Amino acid sequence: MSLRIVVTVKYVPDATGDRHFADDLTLDRDDVDGLLSELDEYAVEQALQISENSDDDVEITVLTVGPEDARDALRKALSMGADKAIHVEDDDLHGTDAIGTSLALAKAIEKAGYDLVISGMASTDGAAGIVPALVAERLGVPQVTLLSEVAVADGKVTGRRDGDTASEQLEAQLPAVVSVTDQSGEARYPSFKGIMAAKKKPVESWDLDDLDIEAEQVGLAGAWTKVASADERPARTAGTIVKDEGEGAKQLAEFLAGQKFICTSHVPVPRPNSL
Amino acid sequence: MAEVLIFVDHVDGAVRKPTLELLTLARRIGDPVAVALGNGAADTQAALAEHGAVKVLTHEAAEYADYLVVPKVDALQAAYEAVSPAAVLVPSSAEGKEIAARLALRIKSGVITDAVDLEVADGTLVATQSVFAASYTTKSTVMTGTPVITVKPNSAAVESAPAAGAVEALTVSFSEQATGTKVTSRTPRESTGRPDLTEAAIVVSGGRGVNGADNFAIIEALADSLGAAVGASRAAVDAGWYPHSNQVGQTGKSVSPQLYIASGISGAIQHRAGMQTSKTIVAINKDAEAPIFDLVDYGIVGDLFDVVPALTDEVKARKG
Ligand SMILES: Cc1cc2nc3c(=O)[nH]c(=O)nc-3n(C[C@H](O)[C@H](O)[C@H](O)COP(=O)(O)OP(=O)(O)OC[C@H]3O[C@@H](n4cnc5c(N)ncnc54)[C@H](O)[C@@H]3O)c2cc1C
Ligand SMILES: Cc1cc2nc3c(=O)[nH]c(=O)nc-3n(C[C@H](O)[C@H](O)[C@H](O)COP(=O)(O)OP(=O)(O)OC[C@H]3O[C@@H](n4cnc5c(N)ncnc54)[C@H](O)[C@@H]3O)c2cc1C
Repeated sequence: MSLRIVVTVKYVPDATGDRHFADDLTLDRDDVDGLLSELDEYAVEQALQISENSDDDVEITVLTVGPEDARDALRKALSMGADKAIHVEDDDLHGTDAIGTSLALAKAIEKAGYDLVISGMASTDGAAGIVPALVAERLGVPQVTLLSEVAVADGKVTGRRDGDTASEQLEAQLPAVVSVTDQSGEARYPSFKGIMAAKKKPVESWDLDDLDIEAEQVGLAGAWTKVASADERPARTAGTIVKDEGEGAKQLAEFLAGQKFICTSHVPVPRPNSL
Repeated sequence: MAEVLIFVDHVDGAVRKPTLELLTLARRIGDPVAVALGNGAADTQAALAEHGAVKVLTHEAAEYADYLVVPKVDALQAAYEAVSPAAVLVPSSAEGKEIAARLALRIKSGVITDAVDLEVADGTLVATQSVFAASYTTKSTVMTGTPVITVKPNSAAVESAPAAGAVEALTVSFSEQATGTKVTSRTPRESTGRPDLTEAAIVVSGGRGVNGADNFAIIEALADSLGAAVGASRAAVDAGWYPHSNQVGQTGKSVSPQLYIASGISGAIQHRAGMQTSKTIVAINKDAEAPIFDLVDYGIVGDLFDVVPALTDEVKARKG
């Protein structure tokens, strides 16, 4: 038996850097360093653990849809231990929205061949957390998403999803699409050996033609959503900062009372969100 | 007037607050038609009518509890086809976003997630998002199909606006995919009696500086004096001091309360991503250089073990 795992990984601007929008209201990628979305490291980690816990032959392919530099994200995933990589790259992909991204991913996953897709819970830039569900919808296979624990055995995937009101145990037959949270287990650091080995691992590059996707189905022009404006949030006006010299709690209570947060009977009526 | 479809988030018939906020926002666009699914669906009627639903489409079936996400997508699609709405609004929970996205793909519509405001400008529905850890505010529109938009909790004040809210049974036929992911067991989260983190008007959070699970009692005491929910940083959660369900931040809950009080939290970008849209921010931290102080309306540089219990006493004293 063999198990083919495709891990979807996104190349994103470093969240600790100064992120901006470009003139066309897409992400300005020149301004800030990019990296493998940290939450996708957890997806790679779970693929490696499934492989290590399996008696089957497991092949792990990492897949990204992104610009030329996105190759760095693939290299990182390969150095963690993935076997091979696919880079979907095409100028016409610039500005693709979530629906379009899921199209490119689903077509590439089908072309690559798969038994299991593993994604991160959300990217660290768009952060919608919807691409795994969209890919499952397109592939017509079960979605087993937002797992904090995952296992594969006997052609089935099982896992735990911690929701708002309950924690659920889930089960589905393969093939399936899984996404994992950062509660699933710390991602390993690439070893020196892993980094050296990654240099020799194959990275395939596919464009839209390879995936039978028309240019007008993706990119800014093909997007079903449009960003009309992007404004940097004004810096907060400097707040009051006091050093506690015994009176700190009293001063803070004074402030809270002034803002009417200390009420005798009920919490204050919420004001509408003004951003 | 155009109809707007609202997906109802409820627990056994008790409607959660973000849905009531959606009804308020929906009335800016048209007449809200609510879709309530699963156990207790019809019991949502009174709350939904009170807040402006002209109609409540209900459907009960075991599938909604026994299988993940897809049965709800099937039902929302059935409602969409029955109503032909001008927009579909869904609360921005993890599940809500997945339902919205799959529906959008099926009905060939664009999807916008985590809107914090909605308005109609020149006949077009415009969604405001707060992105890059709330450092940017964007306005977006759906170019193709019927806008499907998920809206974050605390994006609008709940207003009552009584409407007919006539209950109608929705006819749903489940797709082949509906039973693909089985829920084999479910453990409900125990209620602490405190307000829900994402819905609370006040959140009191503790971080690594709290230095131990037992010490969270002082954070809880302050929260209780203010009628607040308790939050935690990932460092506190990873250390096992507080449950993950209380984590605030990029990979925890995103909160937008009237007041957020951070104690012993440095203010890392991933934490800020979950709380930066709070209206008033207060921090207690012994390090004057902590990045959290860049965000605050009021900050105390001091030891939380001195300040927090004393503040609790002050609050209690003022409440008399
Ligand atoms: C600030 C911002 C806001 C946006 N808002 C919207 C919006 O409201 N609607 C919309 O349609 N688009 C939106 N986009 C565009 C959207 O981010 C991209 O289309 C993106 O590729 C997919 O969405 P996501 O980043 O939110 O991914 P998520 O859905 O958060 O990603 C979840 C997982 O899917 C996988 N994945 C996602 N993208 C890729 C990729 N390119 N390659 C490989 N794997 C991937 C990863 O495993 C990832 O962990 C937004 C982009 C930005 C920067
Ligand atoms: C992909 C990813 C996702 C993440 N998601 C999240 C998330 O959702 N939420 C989140 O919070 N983090 C998240 N993080 C982690 C984040 O980067 C920080 O590590 C974390 O927020 C730090 O928590 P902290 O502020 O409690 O701890 P620290 O950064 O260690 O800060 C502790 C603070 O307490 C102060 N302090 C110590 N003792 C006292 C005292 N006695 N009195 C007063 N002050 C004191 C210190 O001065 C310090 O400022 C994520 C990270 C990654 C990489």
